[in-house]
Parts: sequence; structure tokens; C-alpha cells
Amino acid sequence: MSVLINKNTRVVCQGITGKAGEFHSKNCIEYGTKLVAGVTPGKGGQTALGVPVFDTVHEAVEKEGVNAAMIFVPAAFTADAILEAVDAGCNVVVAITEGVPVLDMVRVYNRLRIADCGLRIGQSEIRNPKSEIRLIGPNCPGVITPEECKIGIMPGYIHKKGPVGVMSRSGTLTYEAVWQLSNLGLGQSTCIGLGGDPIVGTSFIDLLKLYEADPETEAILMMGEIGGTAEEEAAAFAKQHVTKPMAAFIAGRTAPKGKRMGHAGAIISGGKGTAAEKIAALESAGIEVAQSPADMGAAMQRAIKRKR
Amino acid sequence: MKIHEYQAKQLLREAGVSVPAGIMATSAAEAAAAFTTLGGSLAVVKAQIHAGGRGKGTIKDNPKQHGVQLVRSAAEATSVAGALLGHELVTIQTGPEGQAVRRVLVEAGCEIARELYLGIVIDRAAGLPVLMASSAGGMNIEDVAAKTPELIFKQNFCPDAGLQSYQVRKLCAMLDLKGTSVRSAEKFMKSLCKLFVSLDCSLVEINPLVVTKAGDLLALDAKISFDDNALFRHPQLEELRDTSEEDPNELRAGKAGLSYVQLEGNIGCLVNGAGLAMATMDLVKLHGGEPANFLDVGGGANTEQVTEAFRILLSDKNVKAVLVNIFGGIMRCTTIASAIVEAYKTVGFNVPLVVRLEGTEVEQGRKILKESGVDIIAASDLTDAANKVVAATS
Repeated sequence: MSVLINKNTRVVCQGITGKAGEFHSKNCIEYGTKLVAGVTPGKGGQTALGVPVFDTVHEAVEKEGVNAAMIFVPAAFTADAILEAVDAGCNVVVAITEGVPVLDMVRVYNRLRIADCGLRIGQSEIRNPKSEIRLIGPNCPGVITPEECKIGIMPGYIHKKGPVGVMSRSGTLTYEAVWQLSNLGLGQSTCIGLGGDPIVGTSFIDLLKLYEADPETEAILMMGEIGGTAEEEAAAFAKQHVTKPMAAFIAGRTAPKGKRMGHAGAIISGGKGTAAEKIAALESAGIEVAQSPADMGAAMQRAIKRKR
Repeated sequence: MKIHEYQAKQLLREAGVSVPAGIMATSAAEAAAAFTTLGGSLAVVKAQIHAGGRGKGTIKDNPKQHGVQLVRSAAEATSVAGALLGHELVTIQTGPEGQAVRRVLVEAGCEIARELYLGIVIDRAAGLPVLMASSAGGMNIEDVAAKTPELIFKQNFCPDAGLQSYQVRKLCAMLDLKGTSVRSAEKFMKSLCKLFVSLDCSLVEINPLVVTKAGDLLALDAKISFDDNALFRHPQLEELRDTSEEDPNELRAGKAGLSYVQLEGNIGCLVNGAGLAMATMDLVKLHGGEPANFLDVGGGANTEQVTEAFRILLSDKNVKAVLVNIFGGIMRCTTIASAIVEAYKTVGFNVPLVVRLEGTEVEQGRKILKESGVDIIAASDLTDAANKVVAATS
């Protein structure tokens, strides 16, 4: 098992002929991902990295049977690319691109919400209405199920197959956490970067449901950051519905108010979204909170031990 | 991107939102002429800086002079504008050094019956924009939210359909607006929401929104900021940018494609990725140090960009030591190592440099540093790095 993606996932890269798209597609293929098609409008009929390039995602679905998309198109076209992948029937859409206008994501988010209700999107019926559509990102490192499938930009070699589900709003902080876990001998079931923007396709709660239901995931490590209330909501959900041991880290406890810390989402505004509030919510839900970023792996270990 | 109040009000005017008549002035003489042109017996002179809290804020070397003042004659407009222009205004948002006043807005006075609040932001939880209204106008809305949240009313709206009439009626009932004020509110609120969407704003705030004695709604103050990611759709907004209001190092970093936030401490941090950069600041603080900045070099930076990052860090006089924390993903450790060598050659390091490298091409990166002979303190992991950099400053 694992969540979202595995060795049978067939991936299309939208923007495969761009510099970043080509570089990371190559790394994904080398990792073992079944990346079987690319899409670049106007370049249909060519090949890239030994896979066929199509003008539309619909063709990639029809001819190569893809069910997941990895998006590397420029920010101005990302919303359109996401909607195209969903419309074509991809159930997992991973948008790596950063710098997407937030109102574009408002529109995408609400279109996907309609899709989740089983209604029609545009002209075509959702290909597989029983299976949920999952958008990861934008502005995210992607998703990896170690030793099976990597859709994203994370360095593959730091990961190890194992029982910990990892989820985060940040890329490199996830690598740091995964590295600590692997060095402690704790492998990962699936690692997912949600993205650092104010509006992203998937929430911590969505993933908690998936990890809780996945028999291969035995523990969950979550990396949050200041801004918004996603971590508080996740803590409240976990308290009620998650039985597996959980650990967490919140980045930004020293960040000043009103300053945006790199991520568009990472800002303390209106007195909301402080690290202290988030840590208090997590602790009250019985989640082991790492006090230092050097302590993330060890915190996961403590949580597992405590639960036993 | 933030803009000035006078610019925000011009955008509101163009969008059909009622604002008082006003004229921007850059000298005392212009302010006097503006008073005369407005033609009333009463006007307000308002310092134009990006920071909030101007009314309560005072001039640094003249604490009796506030940033916003009523004037009753052209002569008085001259003296108030003279006391503001070219002086530093200190508010709760500027820090103790204040912000130089380069422009004032001279605005016609109005007869105020009530003061309300309106604001629009993106509501993350709902995935939609939200119009917030409050009967507690003129106050700091964060205080209202903390102490009397029941006085804040919210309506989400769809960006394409816009705010609906029933939502305006709901808000009017909550705000106790009646008669002509309801008609005025319909146009005001709908136009404001439309403006938020059409210009890709991240914040539109009218505080206070006044109800005049005649019952009309008028934006007495206005604050607008834009989604930086959407500026490419609105090239006309670029000319509203006032770079003199921005931190010079933050501006310089922005030009180099780096994300930089100036802080007060003495340990310069250079990190890849926003989450890890924040975590690194936290780590420094946990070990008793104070970060001098947040600096995310991102994933796609080349040697030249990273070298510029070093130049920015080292130009901060407060910096007594630098911590480089890189977990290579897209970013290769070799790129960072080459940039360290380049910065050493072209800028020179006058402070200790602690380097922690991990991830993509880490062995080659360490080799470059070793062979270069650059004087660095190598760290093996996060805790080791924090201990070493804090020790280097003491």
C-alpha cells in the first residue's frame, strides 16, 4: 500500500520540454517512476527522455493510460494545467510550480470542490468518479513513495521504505526530517509536501485520513509553519480520529509579526497563526512536538515508543 | 506590494467607491494650494508612508506633531505639511527609527455620523475571498478580533460572481445601516469586492469607513496591497511602487530573486527553502543566538545569485557571524560551495562562517570548500551548526 502513489502509478509531466520539467522528469525516471508521457502544447508528436510528447493531457490519458500528473508549467498557466489534468481524468495532480496567483488557486480550489461532489466539470464526466481527485501543491516539492514512485523534486536517495507517513508545508524542511528519520532507521511510507501557498489543493486533514486508513503507515510526522490555522485544524482532527502515533514540528516561532517569511502563506497576521498557538493545539491533542528542528526524527521515535 | 493611501484612493475612485476629495502634495506650498483648491473651511493633512498607525504616530524629533492633523486654513496646511515633510514619522509599525515622510495627502473634511470597518482578504479555510465588516470602525481590527469578535461580520464571495445583494443586506442589518445608507452600501461594497478581484489584491482595508450625516458611505482611509505573484497581469500597477518605502536589502534581494527579511540580531543566516530558513532561525534562537535575517536562496539560484546573497548578508553591520544551512534538493551543494569561494574572493569574509551542507552533490561541495582554502567552520548537523555559530559570536 502507501498513499496516493505506488509502483503502478503512471505519470505524465506537463511542461516536460521546459528546463526544470525535463531535469526533474529525468530524475523521476531514474528513481524508477513510471513516467510514461509528456505534454507541451504545440510539441505533440515529439519525444522527450524517450517518452512521447502530446499536445493535451487527454491524449496522454488515452494513449498511455496515465493517472497522475506532475506540473512544471510557468505560474501564469498553472491553474489551466491543473484543470486540464483533472478534466482528463488524472486522480493525482502534483503542481510543483511556485508563484501562482492566489485568486487563480481560489478558482481551481472551488472547481475541484464541485468535482468532489460528483458533478460535471466542463463538458466531460470525471473519468473515475469513485476515486477522489487529489491536487498536491502548488509551490510544493511533490510526493514520494520510497523505492516505488517519486513525483517531484526531492532528492531520492535520502528516503527509505518504512512505516512513517510524512507531511509538510515546506520542501527542504521535509528533506531534513526525512534525513533524520532515515538515519534513525525509520523509513517512510509516503512523504508529501503540501506547498507553501495560502491556498493549496490538499490539507493536513485530508492526508491524516489517508494515513490513518493506510495499513503500511504506522506513524505520522507533520511539519507545519506559522500562518493560517491548518495545523490547529489538523490537531483537532487528530485528537478525534487518528489512532497512530504522531509527532510534529512548527517552523517560525522566532518570526516577527506582519512579515512574510518566504512562503506566501507564512505570515502572522491579525494575531493569528503564531507558533505558540499551533504548538499548544498540537500538544493538547497528544501529539509529540519537536522543540528544535534537530529533534524531528527523535520526536517521531518518542511518539512511537510512547504509544507502545 | 504595498501602495500609499493617496494611490489606493485613486484606484477606489476609478472603481466607483466613494472617497473624499483630496490632493497629494510634496511641499508645504503645494499643500497650501491644495487646501485652497479643495475650497472648504476644513481639511486633513495626512502623512503618506506605507506603515499604519499614522494618526497616533509622532514625528521623531517633534513628538507633539502627529502624522494626521486637521487644518482650517491654507496657512495652517503650510505649517503642518512643513512639520511632516522631510521628517521621520514613528508609528507602532515603523520601529523606533521611523519612516521619512515624502508626501502628504490634503483631503476635504466631512461630517461624520458613524465610523465602521470594511476589509477584504483571502479566507484560506473557505478557499474564497471574504468581506469583513465591523461596527467598531477606526480601531485596530486585530484588537477588535481579539477582544470583541462578535462585532466582526463576515461574508465569503465567489471571485467571478462577486458579492451578492442579499449579502449586502445581511451586512447592513448587522451594522444597523438603514435607508439611503443601504443603497450607498450596495454600491460601495460591491465595487470594493470587484476591485479586490480585478486587481488581484491581497488586502483591501477601509478603516474607518464613515457614514456621513447625510447617510452616505465614504472611505476615510484606504489600504491596498497586491498579490506579488499576480503583478504580471497588471503592468500598470508597477508605477505605483515606491521603492523608498522598502528596506534596501530586501529590495536588493528581491532583484536577485532571493527572499530576504531584515531582523534585529547578529547571526546572518543563508538557507535554501522557506521552511528550513524559518527552522534555522528558530534553531539559532534556541541556542541563545539572535538571527539577523531570514534569507531563502530558493531552489533554482545560481552561483551569481548566491554570491549576491553573501554580499547582502555581509553588508549588514550587525552581522557578527554567518550560518550557511543547505539541504540540497534542486539546489546543489556544489553551487553553494562555489558561491562561498566566489564571495570569499570578491567580498572577503570579515566574520566567522559556519557551513552545514547536506543533500545533492554534498561530497563534491565539501571537496570544493576544502580545496579552496577558504577559512570556514564546518558543521556536521543542525545542533552542531547552531552551537558553533553562537560560540563564534561570543
